Amino acid sequence: MDLHGFGPLLLAGTWITLKLAFVSLIFGLLIGLLVALAKRSERLWLRAPATAYTTLMRGLPELLLVLIIYFGITELLLRLFDWYVEISAFTAGVAALSIAFGAYAAEVFRGAMQELPKGQVEAAQALGLSPWAIFYLVMLPQLWRLALPGLGNLFLVLLKDTALVSVIGLNDLMRQAYVAAGFTKLPFTFYLAAAAIYLLLTIVFMQLLRWMEQRANRGYAEGRH
Amino acid sequence: MTCAIETDPSEDVSAKKPLRLQVVDLHKRYGDHEVLKGISLTARQGDVISILGSSGSGKSTFLRCLNLLEHPSQGEIHLSGEQLRLKPNRHQELEAADRKQLEGFRARMGFVFQNFNLWPHLNLLENLALAPTQVLRLSKAEARDRAAALLKRVGLSGKEKAYPLQLSGGQQQRVAIARTLAMEPEVLLFDEPTSALDPELVNEVLGVMRSLAEEGRTMLIVTHEMRFARDVSSEVIFLHQGKVEEQASPEAFFTQPNSTRLREFLSSHR
Repeated sequence: MDLHGFGPLLLAGTWITLKLAFVSLIFGLLIGLLVALAKRSERLWLRAPATAYTTLMRGLPELLLVLIIYFGITELLLRLFDWYVEISAFTAGVAALSIAFGAYAAEVFRGAMQELPKGQVEAAQALGLSPWAIFYLVMLPQLWRLALPGLGNLFLVLLKDTALVSVIGLNDLMRQAYVAAGFTKLPFTFYLAAAAIYLLLTIVFMQLLRWMEQRANRGYAEGRH
Repeated sequence: MTCAIETDPSEDVSAKKPLRLQVVDLHKRYGDHEVLKGISLTARQGDVISILGSSGSGKSTFLRCLNLLEHPSQGEIHLSGEQLRLKPNRHQELEAADRKQLEGFRARMGFVFQNFNLWPHLNLLENLALAPTQVLRLSKAEARDRAAALLKRVGLSGKEKAYPLQLSGGQQQRVAIARTLAMEPEVLLFDEPTSALDPELVNEVLGVMRSLAEEGRTMLIVTHEMRFARDVSSEVIFLHQGKVEEQASPEAFFTQPNSTRLREFLSSHR
């Protein structure tokens, strides 16, 4: 396939796409875990906002979220406080994608927390472990295993949702393909090339996830849970 | 009555042994329903006290209240002379007033669960070494040595790298006992330790418990194993509807039960 010298541009776009996906993944996982804990809290002032967050964010199209953060926040700050704050496209993209990922991840984590038998935590309590040690050493590794398939799925969706950020001018893979297609008048070539790269990334990450799941299942006898 | 003559001299001997666990007037309510109606109990060093009772008698709840896995509504808990500081929460239950003190208490009070509750993501050595490194601040090497020695003691040496779910129920429960022993607790609490086991696996666990009793450990055992309770206990308690219905030496308990309820219970569990 002749890329008319746009090959490096597509690669640079791929790099931006990966950065966007991974940074959003990290923030999204953190948000998801904290929100899941808040949703299971006994305290209403933690539980209520967490529930509002997951309901709202799962109800909005992510494209809308990207636009609200990139254009809306700037306008809001200008009107309310007369501050002019320019948010970079990358920051806005990470914010929008993490917020959306966090809402879905929270549900995955919450499901995993429900699946974790109560006795696992009780055993740790009975030995005198502190709440932090219990969370970090007993709960988290087991939640990870239970949540991994669901989170992996969300990550594959996230990887492709990064393309939405191209609408605010971030030079990700999607946008670079669009630019190259416009310049060369060869849309089929460049969209196909972009498709091939997205597909390749997906296949690599699916393999990686499979390996991670196997690793997380170490010690769990076959056929048993 | 013969039992009075028997208990008198033993009282003198036991009075010299240090107090380990003292429970005073423990109550537990769920709403209007009172599950424990004021239970008191004293265990001295080396005492093995079995707690029997039909399901719903409150025996597991009682044991779980002692290390605050469940919150009592009223009562006092003393471990080796130190009182656990409690304060009421908004559900009208008692919770620990001082989290650090509770964690210290729990570390000194081993608890063995019906369902073992080993951590499936850690191998046996890691299961045993986790709490000693985290709570007792032992070095990794010390904790591992202790873990290996205890696995050997419960007959599972060579399985250090195995994972809990690769073991039989009986093996898992022996590991769970070893895990509590790794903390060198002052008192051991057993909550129906053999109830989740297939019948052919019960004896290997009882064997380990018997050896612990013989080396002078202080133990509270909630169980349905009558013969075992009779053989190893220094005292047997019968709980009925949240109250101590009978408390006696094993000999008196099984041969001359006073309460009608206990007689019915014993005859239905032969």
